[in-house]
Amino acid sequence: MRAPMSWLRQWADVPATATGEDVAAALVRVGLEEEGLHSGGTTGPVVVGRVLSAEPEPQKNGKTINWCSVDTGELARGEEPRGVVCGASNFTAGDLVVVATPGAVLPGPFPIAARKTYGHVSDGMICSARELGLGEDHDGIIVLQRLLGAGASALEPGQDALALLGLTEEVVEVNVTPDRGYCFSVRGLAREYVHGAGLDVATAFRDPADVEVPAPTSAGHPVELRDDAPVHGAPGCTRFVTRVVRGVDASGPSPYWLQRRLQQAGMRPISLAVDVTNHVMLELGQPLHAYDLATLDGPLVVRRARAGERMTTLDGVVRELHPEDLLIADGPGGERAIGVAGVMGGRETEVSASTQDVLVEAARFDPVTIARSARRHKLPSEASKRFERGVDTALQAAAAELAVRLLVEHGGGTADPAATDVVAPGAVLEPAVIALPASLSARLSGVPADQLGRARVVELLEQVGCRVEAGAGAGDEALVVHPPTWRPDLVQPVDLVEEVVRLHGYEAIPSELPPAPPGRGLTAAQRARRRVSDALAAAGLVEVRSYPFTSAARSDQLGLPADDPRRVALRLANPLSEEQPLLRTSVLATLLDVLRRNTSRGAVDAALFELGSVTLPGPEVVAGQRPAPRPGVDRRPSAAELDALEAAVPHQPVHLAGVLSGRAEREGWWGAGRVADVHDAVAAAQVVAGALRLELEVSADAVAPWHPGRCARLSLRGEDGTSAVVGHAGELHPAVATALELPARTCAFEVDLDALVAAAPQLVPAPRLSAFPPSKEDVALVVDSSVPAESVRQALLAGAASAEEGVGAGSLVEEVRLFDVYTGAPVPEGQRSLAFSLRLRAQGRTLTAADAAAVREAAVAEAARRHGAVLRGA
Amino acid sequence: MPQQNDEPAAVPAAAPEPSGGPLSEAAVEAGVAAALEALAAATDLAELKEVRLAHAGDRSPLALANRAIAEVPPSERAAVGKLVGQARGRVRAALERRTAELEAERDARVLVEETVDVTLPALRGPVGARHPLSLVAERLEDVFTAMGYEVAEGPEVEAEWFNFDALNFGVDHPARQMQDTFFVDPPSAGLVMRTHTSPVQARSLLERGAPLYVVCPGRTFRTDELDATHTPVFNQLEAIAVDEGLTMAHLRGTLDRLATAVLGPSARTRLRPSFFPFTEPSAELDVWFERPDGSGSGWLELGGCGMVNPNVLRACGVDPDRYTGFAFGMGIERILQIRNGVGDMRDMVEGDARFSRAFGTGLGTAL
Repeated sequence: MRAPMSWLRQWADVPATATGEDVAAALVRVGLEEEGLHSGGTTGPVVVGRVLSAEPEPQKNGKTINWCSVDTGELARGEEPRGVVCGASNFTAGDLVVVATPGAVLPGPFPIAARKTYGHVSDGMICSARELGLGEDHDGIIVLQRLLGAGASALEPGQDALALLGLTEEVVEVNVTPDRGYCFSVRGLAREYVHGAGLDVATAFRDPADVEVPAPTSAGHPVELRDDAPVHGAPGCTRFVTRVVRGVDASGPSPYWLQRRLQQAGMRPISLAVDVTNHVMLELGQPLHAYDLATLDGPLVVRRARAGERMTTLDGVVRELHPEDLLIADGPGGERAIGVAGVMGGRETEVSASTQDVLVEAARFDPVTIARSARRHKLPSEASKRFERGVDTALQAAAAELAVRLLVEHGGGTADPAATDVVAPGAVLEPAVIALPASLSARLSGVPADQLGRARVVELLEQVGCRVEAGAGAGDEALVVHPPTWRPDLVQPVDLVEEVVRLHGYEAIPSELPPAPPGRGLTAAQRARRRVSDALAAAGLVEVRSYPFTSAARSDQLGLPADDPRRVALRLANPLSEEQPLLRTSVLATLLDVLRRNTSRGAVDAALFELGSVTLPGPEVVAGQRPAPRPGVDRRPSAAELDALEAAVPHQPVHLAGVLSGRAEREGWWGAGRVADVHDAVAAAQVVAGALRLELEVSADAVAPWHPGRCARLSLRGEDGTSAVVGHAGELHPAVATALELPARTCAFEVDLDALVAAAPQLVPAPRLSAFPPSKEDVALVVDSSVPAESVRQALLAGAASAEEGVGAGSLVEEVRLFDVYTGAPVPEGQRSLAFSLRLRAQGRTLTAADAAAVREAAVAEAARRHGAVLRGA
Repeated sequence: MPQQNDEPAAVPAAAPEPSGGPLSEAAVEAGVAAALEALAAATDLAELKEVRLAHAGDRSPLALANRAIAEVPPSERAAVGKLVGQARGRVRAALERRTAELEAERDARVLVEETVDVTLPALRGPVGARHPLSLVAERLEDVFTAMGYEVAEGPEVEAEWFNFDALNFGVDHPARQMQDTFFVDPPSAGLVMRTHTSPVQARSLLERGAPLYVVCPGRTFRTDELDATHTPVFNQLEAIAVDEGLTMAHLRGTLDRLATAVLGPSARTRLRPSFFPFTEPSAELDVWFERPDGSGSGWLELGGCGMVNPNVLRACGVDPDRYTGFAFGMGIERILQIRNGVGDMRDMVEGDARFSRAFGTGLGTAL
C-alpha cells in the first residue's frame, strides 16, 4: 500500500518536519514493513512559464515545431524571456505551461540542458504529463489552466512547479500483512502511524469515515439480498448500500489533485466516476462500484450464480460462472448478471460518456466468497484484495457518502436524498466480544507486570479502537473487550495480547533463556548421516546439492525400461518448468546435471556426492487414489485420521549418490595418475558402508543406467542370511553418458542410506587381539575368467573356516585378500590366475606349519569344489 | 647406509725396524707413532680399513711385537708386556676415535646426498569437501542440541493438512495464497511440497506432545524462479518450544543465544511486529552484527517468530490453557549469505564443486 505524505497528514498529526523515512520507521515499529519510499524522480528548476509567443516553423522532415518565447520570471526582473523549442502544438500564447530549465532532471533520468536544435538554442523544455512522470499522456504539453482549472489563476511565471504539481512529494509504501486488511487504506495507515509515533489516537488521528450520512429510506434504489447457498454458513453479502447522483458528468477527467493521488498510490486515473470510487477505496479501504443508473433494470439482486451462467465483465471477457460465485444481478427475477461481487463489474452497466445518473454501490461481502471467486477467475483486484481480508462492517454508508460528495462537487450533479442500506437477515456486524485476563499480556510477553498492568492494557486496547469493560468475577482481572469493526482479525485473547505488546513496544520484551530441557542429542540416524558425509569428503568427494525436479525424458535418457518402478514418480500440478514436472526417484537423476554443469565449467576431474531424499510414491499415490484427509483443526486428529495422513504422504527415503569422472588420482611429477573406474565407485559406496561399520556384498548386475558389464549390485546380508539390495555402483552405460552429455566412462553409485542406517550395528563388538605371530599363506588359483574373484574369495573363507575345528585354536582367518590377477601363458585361454594371501592367527598359541597347511588345503579344496579352481603350479 | 669400500688402498709401509730389536722401547714407540700418523692421514672409512689392517691387524708391527713377548725371558716379560700392551691400547683408542669421526662425516654427507625438493606438489589424491549449507545446518543443530533441543525431521512432500491447516492457515486465508506453493498433481491428493519447515512443528507436537523442544532443518520449496536472490528450493531451520510458562522473553533469549552463536559475540536481535498464522503474537527477527573480517555491520532480516498460536496447539492435541510455546524459522541460505559473505544465491544451489571446496569441511572458526 502506497500513501503520499500529504494524504497521511490530512488524517494524522504528522509533524511538518517528518520525512517519509520517519513515517516508515514509525510504521515498522507497529508491524508495517517498509517496501520503499518513492518520489516523483524530478529534481532541479522546473517552473511555471507563460507562453508569450509561439511561431510555427515547418521542418524538412515534415514536422512543425514551435519556436516559443516563454516568460519564466524574466519579465518581472526586466530581462529577456526564454526561447524554447517545442514539438507540441496544443497551446497558444497566454497559456501557462511547465518549463524544465537547464539543470533540471526529469524521470528517466533525463537531464535538461540548453541545446541547439532546429536552428535555435532551446533554453529548456516545455513538459508533457508523461515527461514529468504524471501518467501516459503524451499527446501534448501540460497547459496549467486546463489541468488546474480555476486554481491556475493565481500562478506567477517563474513559480516552482514541482511543489505545485506534487512532483517531489514522498510516498511511503508498506507491506501489509494478511491479517491487517484495514491497512489497505490511508485511514488505517494514519491510525497505525499514530500508534507507531506514540501519539494519542483521540487527538492525533481524524477518521475520514467520520461523516454524516443520510438515514436509510425505502425510497432508494431497491436491493434484494438473496443468497440461497452461503459458503460455510456465512451470507455472501452482509450489507449493501446504494446512493444515486443524477445529472452528473462522470465520464470526464477528475481534478488534478485526485488524479495525482491515484498515481501516487499506484493506480491509473480513468474517469471521474471510476477515480472517485478508487479514491474512496484508497482512503477508507471500502471498495465501491459505480453503475450507469439508466442501464439498470429494476432492483439489484445479490445472488449466487447458476451452473452454466455466463456474463461479460468490464474487461470484455466472457466469464463462465461457478455456482459459488456471488453475483450482482438485475432484470426480471434478477436474471441478468451485471457483476461478480467484489471482483469485477459487468460491461453492460458501466459508466460511459453518455451516463447522466450514477448509482454508487458500497457493500460488504464475505471474504471467503470473494477470495474464491477472485482465484477462480484469476482476477485479483484492488477490490478483491480488500474484501478477502475483511472490510470494516460499519463503513459502507460513509464510503458511499464520500463518493457522492466528490461526484457532486466535481461532476456537477445532485444527490438523491434517498439512501438504500440493506443488512442481511441474521448478519452480525459487531465483532464478537473477547474475554481477556488483564494479566495475560504480561504473562505471555514476559514484559514485567508493573509495565503492563491493567490500566496500561486497557489504555492500549482503547488506542486500537477496542471498547473495554470490566468482566464478571472477583478482582479486576477479567476484561471484556469489544474489538472495533475494522479488526475482524481480533478473535482470540492472544490477538489482543499482540495489539497490547506491539503498541507498548516489542523492544520492552526482556531476553531470558528458558531452563534447558533434558535433550538426548542427535539420533543415531542423524549422527550416521554426518559421519557418512564426512567420510566421503575425507575420501576426496565434494558434497553438492541439486533440485529434485526431473522428467520422464530423464528416465528415457537413463535407459530405464518402461516398467521400471523408478518411472513411477510424483507429478507437480504447477512445476516451475513444464520440462521438469516430476519429483526424482533417484538422486542420480538430478546429480548428473550437476556433474555436467561442473564439466561444462571446465572441471576435468570431478568427484561429487549428494545426500538427499527421493520420492517413491507408488502407483496409488500417483493416481491420486489415496488423497490426504483434511481433518478439522479444533481438536487433535483421530488415530485413524493420522494413519490416513501418513498413508497419503509418499515414501521419501534418504539416498546417497556419487559421481566420478576424470582421474581418481591426479597426474603430476610422480606420474600420469589414474582414471576413475567402476572400482572407485564401488570403493566410495564401501566408504559409506564402512563409516557405518557395514560390509557391502558386491556382485555383478546388469540394470539401467549402468554399463551391463560394469555394474555392481550392492547388498547387505541380514542376520537371517537373506541378502537385500541397497544400491548399485558402476560405470554409466555409454548411451547414458552420451545422452546426458557427460564425460565418457563416468562412474557413479547410489545407495539407500536409510536402509544402510537401519542395518548398521547398534554396538560394535570390540576385537580380541592376539599377540601371537601371524602365519601367512599365499595361494594362486586358476579359474574360469567368468568366475567372480569375490566368489572365489568366499569359497576360500568358507573352506578355511571348515578347517578351524580340526586345528582347535578358535577362529583363525584374519584376512583373505586378492593381491594379483594374471592372464596369459601358461594360464590357459579363458582362465585366469587369482593370487590370494591368507593371513591366519590363533588366539592362544603360535600356529604350526601343519596348522597353516591344513587351513590352506581346506580353503583351496573348497575353491576347487565350488569353482573348479586349480592350484597354480600343482 | 654408507658405502663400504673393500678395495685395498695404497698405505705407507710400516716404518723400518729400529735398532735394539722389535721389543725395544724405541721400536714400540716408533710403531705407535707410525700408526697414529697413518690414522690421521686416513680420509675415509675405506682408507681407515687399510690403516687398521696395517697398524692394528694381525700382521702389524705391534701385533708381531706382542707375539714376540713369548720369546722374552720370564724376568723381563712383565715390563715388555706392559710396554707393548700400552702401545696397542693407544693405537686402538686412536683407531676408535678416528672411526667415529669418519663415520660421522660419512653420515653427514649421506644426508646431504639424500636431499629432495620438499616443495614439489604433495597432494596426489582428490580433495573433498562438505556443502557449506550442510555445515551451517549442522552448526545450528549443535547450538540447539547444546541447549537441550532435539532435531526433528519431516517429509518434503507433505500433506496440505500439516503444511497449512494444522498451522492455522484457513483454506481461504490470503496467507495460504501468498506461499507460492508447489501442488502435487492431482490437487485433490491434498499434497504439496512443504513451503516451510513449520509442518514439523505440528508433526512433533502430535508425536511427542508437550513439553517439547525441537528444531528442524530442512529443504523447503516455493515457486520462485532462480536468480541472484531467489531459489525455488531453499533451506530453513524451524524451532519450537512448548512448555508451561514460556514467554516472548524466552523466545528472545533463545534468539539472542542463537545469534551470537552463529554470527559472533557482537550480534544483537530486534523483534518487529508481524503476522504469521501459526504464531500470535508474531514478529520478524532482525539481527545486527559485525563481520569478523571487519567489512561492515548492520541490521539484517533473518526470519520470523512468535508465540505458538493456541489454534495450532489445539489442532495438535495440546492444551493451550496449560501450555504456551514459541517458534521461529529462519533461512539457512540467509545465514550463510550474511555470515560468510555469499554474493549470489546461485552459487549456493548450482553445485559447482569450487564453491563447496572453498569451505572444505568447516566454515571458519571465527563464529
